[in-house]
Amino acid sequence: MLRPLLRWLPQILLLCLLALLLGWLGHNVLEHMRERGIRAGFDFLLDPAGFEIGEGLLAYDASQPMWRAFLTGSLNTLRVALPAIFLATLLGVLIGLGRLAEHPLLRRLCGALVETLRNIPLLLQLLICYFALTGLLPEASNALAPLPSVLISKSGLFLPALDCSAACTLDLPLTEGFGISGGWSLSPEFLAVLIALSLYSAVFIAEIVRGGIQSVARGQIDAARALGMRPLQVLREVVFPLALRAIVPPLGNQYLNLIKNSSLAVAVGYPELVSVANTSLNQTGRAFECIVIVMAVYLTLSLITAALVNLYNARVALRGTR
Amino acid sequence: MIRLPRKLTILWILLAAALLWPLFSWGLVHAIWSADLEACRAARGIGACWGVIVEKHRLLLFGRYPFEEQWRPLLATLLIIAVLCAACWRQRWQLRFAALAGLALLLAVALMRGDIGGLSPVPTKLWGGLPLTLLVSLGGTLLAFPLAVLLALGRRSSLPLLRSLCVAYIELIRGVPLISLLFMAAFLFPLLLPTAWRLDILPRVIVSIAAFAAAYLAEVIRGGLQAIPAGQLLAARALGMRTWQALLWIVLPQALRKALPALVNSFVGIFKDSSLISIVSLHELTGALSLALGGDADWRSFYLEGYLFIAFIYWAFCFALSRVGKGLETAR
Amino acid sequence: MHGISLRRLSLTLPLLLASLLATPAHAGKTLDVIKARGNIQCGVSTGVAGFSLPDSQGNWSGFDVDLCRGIAAAVLGDANKVSFVPLNSQQRFSAIQSGEVDVLARNTTWTLNRDASLGLSFTGVTYYDGQGFLVPKKLKVTSAKQLKNAEVCVQSGTTNEKNLADYFRSQGIKIKPVVFEGFEASFKAFFSGRCQAYTTDISGLAGVRNKEAKNPDEYVILPEVISKEPLGPAVRRGDDEWFAIVRWVAFALIEAEEYGITRANVDRIRAENKDPAIGRLLGSTEDSGKLLGLDRDWAYRSIKAVGNYGEIFARNVGPESVLKLPRGLNNLWNKGGILYAPPVR
Repeated sequence: MLRPLLRWLPQILLLCLLALLLGWLGHNVLEHMRERGIRAGFDFLLDPAGFEIGEGLLAYDASQPMWRAFLTGSLNTLRVALPAIFLATLLGVLIGLGRLAEHPLLRRLCGALVETLRNIPLLLQLLICYFALTGLLPEASNALAPLPSVLISKSGLFLPALDCSAACTLDLPLTEGFGISGGWSLSPEFLAVLIALSLYSAVFIAEIVRGGIQSVARGQIDAARALGMRPLQVLREVVFPLALRAIVPPLGNQYLNLIKNSSLAVAVGYPELVSVANTSLNQTGRAFECIVIVMAVYLTLSLITAALVNLYNARVALRGTR
Repeated sequence: MIRLPRKLTILWILLAAALLWPLFSWGLVHAIWSADLEACRAARGIGACWGVIVEKHRLLLFGRYPFEEQWRPLLATLLIIAVLCAACWRQRWQLRFAALAGLALLLAVALMRGDIGGLSPVPTKLWGGLPLTLLVSLGGTLLAFPLAVLLALGRRSSLPLLRSLCVAYIELIRGVPLISLLFMAAFLFPLLLPTAWRLDILPRVIVSIAAFAAAYLAEVIRGGLQAIPAGQLLAARALGMRTWQALLWIVLPQALRKALPALVNSFVGIFKDSSLISIVSLHELTGALSLALGGDADWRSFYLEGYLFIAFIYWAFCFALSRVGKGLETAR
Repeated sequence: MHGISLRRLSLTLPLLLASLLATPAHAGKTLDVIKARGNIQCGVSTGVAGFSLPDSQGNWSGFDVDLCRGIAAAVLGDANKVSFVPLNSQQRFSAIQSGEVDVLARNTTWTLNRDASLGLSFTGVTYYDGQGFLVPKKLKVTSAKQLKNAEVCVQSGTTNEKNLADYFRSQGIKIKPVVFEGFEASFKAFFSGRCQAYTTDISGLAGVRNKEAKNPDEYVILPEVISKEPLGPAVRRGDDEWFAIVRWVAFALIEAEEYGITRANVDRIRAENKDPAIGRLLGSTEDSGKLLGLDRDWAYRSIKAVGNYGEIFARNVGPESVLKLPRGLNNLWNKGGILYAPPVR
């Protein structure tokens, strides 16, 4: 009789306490809103947004409802996070291998790179990247053209694009007036976020890769070499498959961090989710609602990433036990 | 050790050399070291202008803190650094040291705040630069720590309701970016509290950083707890200790010691994350830079040098701390 | 079992935190709070030349700053009893809602949306502004309609952002906004050449051009004014007494200019005056202050401290100042402008 009581009583008390705390906070919010006539609710999502968004995957303009703005922002988050994940993984593997290389100079260089980048806040790296892109490159009217029809300037990177709306033609970027029109454009804000995110995450991934490879038993590598495999072959056929099991779980964590870190893009004005939420928060005053939307979207992204990693993890682990 | 194809190795090294040489020539060989605007303008694009740091170092390091009172943040910063250094010295970890460290930190805050001992009061909105970065990250961690211990214990508790509450909190916080919590501190906190409790933005931000850090610290501490064999707790119970006594005196100290390197790494993370508070307009190191250079048309063109200087400060702190963390790892 | 100890701890911790962090202030009417506290918390910008800008010593100056000083002089008898709280465009509304500041004088545009849904009330218009564009001269642009395809730097969370979208949509011109968090970040990007044009209120453009540009002559403000931007102070909704005080201090300063009362001659006029209207304003013949909950010298002290509207304008944004703005709309109604203060009577 007494034991279940002892077990449940404190928990229920805690729950009551929590409910009380939340209730008190909620009461305060309502009180403030009533006193000052602040509007609340998610109905603003249906109102026209009224502000433009500089870039995005969807066709969007200011007359569209607010939820479209949020959607555009969320897609912009993915638009920078997914390529960054790809680049970071690629770079991370290269740097991680470099840290284990036999050549001492290469090893030291990679070590120095890791120690430098991971000890400087991402925000600062992002600002430096952005400053370098907008401060050091020429203006759009006399853009650099390292390759024909590839233009680099303060207005970003312009590449030829395939336009297949009518018949497939190549849409070339042209300097027109003071801007560049046509082609496939990547803004300096996007590029800064992409570069900074990739580099910052890459050094963490490099450490994970290094740890994973170091966990592969020495004998395995020696055996592969003794069989006459070439260095790349050893890596591809023996080391990577074995290391993968140790690498995948922390790698998934890094991907999660990368997606969350993309929220820093607000500092350089890349219109991702937080930036859009921040703007609409100011235009509508719905602070609570906007923050809730941001959190919900990130939580969903986190859950999806976690699920994907778990799925992959299960497959890798299975192969290991076979 | 891995043998890489020679071509790849050479490519790597050439790439590094191609990047490092111009940096070296710009940053050291052709750099201007004095606060000479004309010389800096002349050297633009060829050499760095470190003179901008000489010119603006007070604003960079202390933000808007009243100019003639800046010995106070300087002293506070030195105090905090001294505490951090002393904390790295393992033999000194006794209760007496903790008390002394706490006292030193309180003294640092008192120095910054003023209003006692004849010091003029300085409102928190004038605080800035390095001392603010240190106070926010240290304050956030210290506040987060007890909460993290509770969360870690709760997550491993046998009480289902408690456990799921802790899990929910940890996973929720770990799933969202810090910036959303900072926005909460800036925009939502004032609505959550009664009008009468007027909280400054600084404590609000510290609380939200603590709430964020607690979730991550909790996972680290949980890792430490998991490494303690169950026999320890049982043995303590057999000796007649209550569960909470056994946890407090037997399990936790060992778990924390096991988790120590990871805890130091978490602190490095919080230290770096504190740069985000510049987004809610607090002028810690990153924010102080725009304070120092943003409003000055002459020196504004040398932002890059300012960024690099601040990056170096962060780097020095983080590198030193992570070295300490590594030392603890191998000391075991 | 160990839930018990946890509960005990979890009980004490929030209480401890709360007691550590809470600094209880006096709740109640704003005026009483201000009097008890002995100063006014005035929300200003983080640094807009001419309106509110701190110097390197942390002394604030500007049009909005003077307005707050005038209110402090009227309410507390001392123009220095103001503490300025710098707010960015995102924080300003939550600061006034939460009571962090008593009055928001932060070149904020009065709009229906803000007036109706943000929990604040604008007390009136103190500066009639409009949105314009700043471009580098070397682009040889003479009209905003030539900005096709251009990138325009703008600050987020402002009415400017919405006006920009509206204007170019109505003109059928496609432009690309580049949105920045802060005022400083936005003009920094413009001066670095990231954008071909910069947009904000004309007064802000003048400040940015004359104060922040390395060489102001390289930039030109385009003739188009694309919006109405009535700027004015705002207070928390729900306190009519405080609302009236802020509103009438501004009116009194405008009326003082109408009567030709300046900082220099206010004492003489008060002593020699025969005009009953001036007597009412300066409190020499009638006590207009008691209607506001203030004493009879309120307007006198305000004028004595910061001067009349014309003086504040001239000192901070007028032709003699760094901004070099003409009076334009912000002249008195009988001098070609639209400033028309209701009578103090």
